[in-house]
Amino acid sequence: MPKVAIKAECLVKWFGEGDAKTNAVREVSLEAYFGEMVYIVGPSGSGKTTLLSILSGILRPNSGSVQVDDVDIWGLGSDQLADFRLNKIGFVFQDYHLFPRLNTAENVAIPLILRRKDWDEAIREAVKYLDIVGLKGRAALPPVKLSGGEQQRVAIARALAGQPDILIMDEPTASLDGDTGQSIIKFVRSNVLNDSRCILVVTHDSRISEFASRILKMEDGRLTGAERMAA
Amino acid sequence: MKGILKLAYKLLVNDKAKFTALLVGITFAVFLMVQMTSMFAGVLNRASATVINTGATIWVMDPSVQTVANTIGMPDYILDAVRSMQGVKYAVPLYSGGALVKLPDGAYQSVTVLGLDDTSLLGRPELTEGKIESIYAENAFIVVHDAEFPKLESPHVGSEFELNDHRGVIVGIAKVPTFGLFGVPTLYTTYSRAIQYIPNPRYTTSYVLVEPKSSGDILKIKRQVEALGYRALTSDDFMQKISNFYKYQTGLGTNILLMTVISFIVGLSISGQTFYTFILENLEKFGALKAIGAKSRQLVAMILFQATFTALTGYGLGVGLCVFLIWLARLRLPDYAALVTFFNLALAFFMVLVIAGVSSYVGVRKVLQIEPFDIFRG
Repeated sequence: MPKVAIKAECLVKWFGEGDAKTNAVREVSLEAYFGEMVYIVGPSGSGKTTLLSILSGILRPNSGSVQVDDVDIWGLGSDQLADFRLNKIGFVFQDYHLFPRLNTAENVAIPLILRRKDWDEAIREAVKYLDIVGLKGRAALPPVKLSGGEQQRVAIARALAGQPDILIMDEPTASLDGDTGQSIIKFVRSNVLNDSRCILVVTHDSRISEFASRILKMEDGRLTGAERMAA
Repeated sequence: MKGILKLAYKLLVNDKAKFTALLVGITFAVFLMVQMTSMFAGVLNRASATVINTGATIWVMDPSVQTVANTIGMPDYILDAVRSMQGVKYAVPLYSGGALVKLPDGAYQSVTVLGLDDTSLLGRPELTEGKIESIYAENAFIVVHDAEFPKLESPHVGSEFELNDHRGVIVGIAKVPTFGLFGVPTLYTTYSRAIQYIPNPRYTTSYVLVEPKSSGDILKIKRQVEALGYRALTSDDFMQKISNFYKYQTGLGTNILLMTVISFIVGLSISGQTFYTFILENLEKFGALKAIGAKSRQLVAMILFQATFTALTGYGLGVGLCVFLIWLARLRLPDYAALVTFFNLALAFFMVLVIAGVSSYVGVRKVLQIEPFDIFRG
């Protein structure tokens, strides 16, 4: 039986008050396991990004709890929560959020630098992760000199550099063409996912469904169904 | 923390356009602030040139005297009265006045004449040519080799001129620590010759220079002189009085203060605005850093470092530029009155710290407000 990576219970999150109140997440409970690549899919505005933010320790829920590797993350103080994100979570943002003024290796080294690793050592380690995503030769280039697919892989390398237990990918194929998107997810599935890592992917791209372990469907802030994939 | 600061450094300097704009703003502001205050310090220093060059401990004068050049003659008995005061080691007269010199080519040139006590020659300058004893020779004068020296046709020992139909002969060439403010050459002679050659009102003693027996006697001497209806000031007090006159009674101080404040506001506006834009443009990136796991204090440290680094670099460049331009100006105008003092540097440094503080405060507020969730929402 695989170990539980994330356990969420009765998560509720709303924005605004009174007439402007929007229920983004309603009574959501879920479990994700190490070795799984879980997709959260649903139409725009269904609350999947909000849910992802709550699960990754970025957005505090109004009620409910989240346990990551048996730690109640919303019981942590702000500094501990930052440390939790730094040490346990790897983020791949939709727009990558790479620093255009840093070169590729420096971008990848950011989580290591935040962990107070020596600059040169962090860069050396970052180049190793760039090698994993096949971009070692681009280490000295700024991100703007890379294609969209390459930038996405740099973002993945940066997320991996912190050796996270949980990898969070927000719409990873939204800015990529179909083939590139597929190849990226395929790469993640075969090279990044392992028995001690859980990957959560928010997407509405049905073309990459085949790479999911499980697909959780969301609508109007609720999980409306789950589908276990053969992959 | 070192790695974080290096990250902040790279984010700052790799944005060449913004970094240049920030540096230009601060450099320009520092340059103006230091330049303005240096010119003022130069003027004040020159205005006290006679006090500095003479080196007397206490100056006795008429209470209405505002600057060292604005002399009011005192009766001769003042000298005797001061000499008889408790705590006075010795006291000598000093003549200070203006005269017109007729040069060999027939041109007239204004000069400042300082008449030194015949016996002691207290306040005499250091000679680079000639001997001080020659001042006792007939018609003898010593000329100061300063920026105004060429106005007397660059005289040498033995050069002659006319001063109120009296023959004058240069017997020595002197150097002094500080040049005068008013753009006229300075001649030294004896007190008796000065009052003989230059037409004077009834009273001829411009100042009585006093040396106290001990520093504890200064206050005592001041009180005794005050009882006579005159004023005794230490050289520092006298320079302060001259400085206050130019600061508060000529409008010069107000103008310089205004220019300094305007420079500060210009620097603050340019740097504050540019730094704010820099932070705004990088706000999402700071949010991403927060999401990844950067603590608020790490982000604050990054911003403070960026603001401080820019401010200090701009400060160095501004001071350097100011010193360079003063040097350049002196190549063409040896008499250019500008003096970079520690006070000027400290004032500009303080103002630059304020600029850095205000700029980083705005940036820090913005960065602390950004929620990592905003990054997910796009």
